[in-house]
Amino acid sequence: MAHVGLTHFLILSAILFSLGIYAIVVRKNAIMVMMGIELVLNSANINFIAFSHFGNYGISGQIVSLVVIILAAAEAAVALAIVLNLFKTYSHINVDEVNKLKE
Amino acid sequence: MPGSNLITLSLIILFLPLIGFITVLLFGKRFSKLYNFEIGILSANLLLTLYVAYEKLFVFANQKIAMDATWFSFGNIPGIGQLNIDLGIELTNITVMMLFVVNLISFLVHIYSTEYMKGDSRFSRYYSYLGIFTFSMLGIVLTDNFLMLYIFWELVGLSSYLLIGFWYEKDSAANAGKKAFLVNRVGDMGMWLGILILFTNYHTFKFDTIFAQIGLGNIPFGSEAWLTAAGILLFMGAVGKSAQFPLHVWLPDAMEGPTPVSALIHAATMVAAGVYMLTKIFVILSADALTVIALVGAFTSFLAASIAITQNDIKKVLAYSTVSQLGYMVMAVGVGAYTFAFFHLVTHAFFKALLFLGSGSVIHAMHHEQDMRQMGGLRKKMPITYYTFLTATLAISGIPLFSGFLSKDGLLAGTYAFGLLTGHWTVAIFGFVVAFMTAFYMFRLVIMTFHGEPRNKEKYDHAHETPKAMTIPLITLAVLSIWIWYTPNPFNPEAGWFYNKMEVKTTVVPQDMRFNFMKTEAPEHETAEAEKTTAETHETVESEQVEGTTRVMHSEMYEHAMHEAHLPTMIWSILLAGLGILFAYIIYQWKKISADELAKKWPWLYKFSLNKWYVDEFYDKTFIGGTLEFSRWLSIFDNKVVDGIVNGAATLTRGVSAVSGWFDTYVVDGLVNFTAFFSGVLGFGLKKIQNGKVQSYVLVVVLSLILLFVMFLPFF
Repeated sequence: MAHVGLTHFLILSAILFSLGIYAIVVRKNAIMVMMGIELVLNSANINFIAFSHFGNYGISGQIVSLVVIILAAAEAAVALAIVLNLFKTYSHINVDEVNKLKE
Repeated sequence: MPGSNLITLSLIILFLPLIGFITVLLFGKRFSKLYNFEIGILSANLLLTLYVAYEKLFVFANQKIAMDATWFSFGNIPGIGQLNIDLGIELTNITVMMLFVVNLISFLVHIYSTEYMKGDSRFSRYYSYLGIFTFSMLGIVLTDNFLMLYIFWELVGLSSYLLIGFWYEKDSAANAGKKAFLVNRVGDMGMWLGILILFTNYHTFKFDTIFAQIGLGNIPFGSEAWLTAAGILLFMGAVGKSAQFPLHVWLPDAMEGPTPVSALIHAATMVAAGVYMLTKIFVILSADALTVIALVGAFTSFLAASIAITQNDIKKVLAYSTVSQLGYMVMAVGVGAYTFAFFHLVTHAFFKALLFLGSGSVIHAMHHEQDMRQMGGLRKKMPITYYTFLTATLAISGIPLFSGFLSKDGLLAGTYAFGLLTGHWTVAIFGFVVAFMTAFYMFRLVIMTFHGEPRNKEKYDHAHETPKAMTIPLITLAVLSIWIWYTPNPFNPEAGWFYNKMEVKTTVVPQDMRFNFMKTEAPEHETAEAEKTTAETHETVESEQVEGTTRVMHSEMYEHAMHEAHLPTMIWSILLAGLGILFAYIIYQWKKISADELAKKWPWLYKFSLNKWYVDEFYDKTFIGGTLEFSRWLSIFDNKVVDGIVNGAATLTRGVSAVSGWFDTYVVDGLVNFTAFFSGVLGFGLKKIQNGKVQSYVLVVVLSLILLFVMFLPFF
């Protein structure tokens, strides 16, 4: 069994980030886009924790990732509220068609 | 200082009418009875004047009472020294006599006007104007320096202008006021130049200082010509104000004003101011200047008398008679008989004011008819007016027992003596001829107005004697036209107190600039070159002034000639006056000779006189026409040259503007528009990127990030 090092975590994180970005860019459903954002945030969390674990930084990384989780929760709340309002206005939540400010 | 309370009183006399003027002017509209206040002021003034005149003439008879105050000081000017401008008043015997005359006539005219001007829409304004006139005239009388003289001189000019044009709704009145003002300006300009000549040399305006300096042989610019010039220039002021030829044209037109005003201003007081001024400055007039003055006066009196003979407007006749009599006074100053000039001024003031007020009474009764051809027979209807008018006519004609005889005889004797002493008989001949003409035209006026049958029955029937307010001034003035007030002996003015109270002044011009008869018997003092001699001369002048009380006019030689002239003058003047009256009766009363046939016989002469020697026409063609022609030229110059330059500049500017405009439109605007267009195009292109889709933004961000990574990869 190969030794699991920092690189593996970073690769995982990168894959997660890429998937997240992919979800944000490609998905039309706002909820899916939000999920993509969660993925991106969590990939960042993995990076923090990995660096915290492998580097000589104490527990700062873990603390930051906790903050990020709280942030993500708050963000999810706000974003869901926005999505609800979007639905109220448009009766759908297709982000492609939410371009009223353009005009 | 003796008589300082007289100075205070004189100042009160001077300023009371000004207070009246301001009060009536400001509040006259609100309180229609306020003109009584102005009359009250005048009566107070009259009483004060009586007191001052009495004190001066009989208590301080031989002293001059004067007061000066520095108005402002220029400080110490290099090359000149201390330069102060002083204002002051002085009381001499002549001053207080004049003061009395002005106040009395002004008072009577105020009373008279209550009736004459009744119902006029600007009644209280009329009274306020009379107030400012009285104030200014008293200023001229009281002043002791040229500056105040000039200021008040202009002020009487102003009040005269206001009162001539009082009925400004009439074009003729407005024009007459304007004419009087402009013609006077010509004379005043000369007078001001004369004053400036004296001021430049002596740095003071005060009469006494200037006269004393000239007495010391210190003549202007050291040149005799300048002294003569100063005298003639000052005389120009009198030419304007006293209506002497060639500036006499304004006075007859001034008759457009209300008749009481004509009596006060244009007969008795203001027009006499010129003569009054001449008596003040007499001492500095050189022989040449005096000759000019005498000839101008003599010619004026002849010219005006010859015009008066044919005029039909009652006021015009009186106006020309005034000009003629003023010419007499000026002539008398010119021949050295300035005491008689002043004497005549006073007697003339009374009888001419009476004539004007009498004519006003007639005009009032005839409902503003001034043409004598519409009158006649008024004697029965208006006895008081007739007899007072007749008194004044006898006085002006020079009939013994009336005041006019005394002064007229005196001044004719002056011209006669002048003829005897210098051989200039022209002046005397003019004088005697005018005496004849005066009697003739005055009786023509009386006969046409009061005698015979009424020519206009309708107006005659409406005529009636005027009310008391108008007849009382007439009676007062008629009483003052009797000889007894001036001298006990009706044939000898020199025996009376009036003549003897007038100061005798010795001329101060250098000996070789005097007439022979004015030379004093001390020729060794003639040239004052060394300072010692100057001091000596000064003493002589002083001693002469003290000697003045012995009343030797000019010199023993002159006294002698006057004495010699007395009898022939009296005989001639009575004879000529009688002849004039006789002719008037023959032609107009008994109609033995028809005036119309005389006119037909010499139509040229008649027209010449009727049209006032064509002086007005001449001025119209030359000065007025010239001015208009000159203005036309100037207007052409303005239109063509000045406007041309302006228009050229405008055209040039327009050309430049067109180029500049083109540059703006195509180059500057082009640039600006191009910038806008470019931005627009750019924006149009870039706006595609801003499609509002969050996902595409994210994609761009990510792709850019990757790009950045790739770009910075080599550095790691």
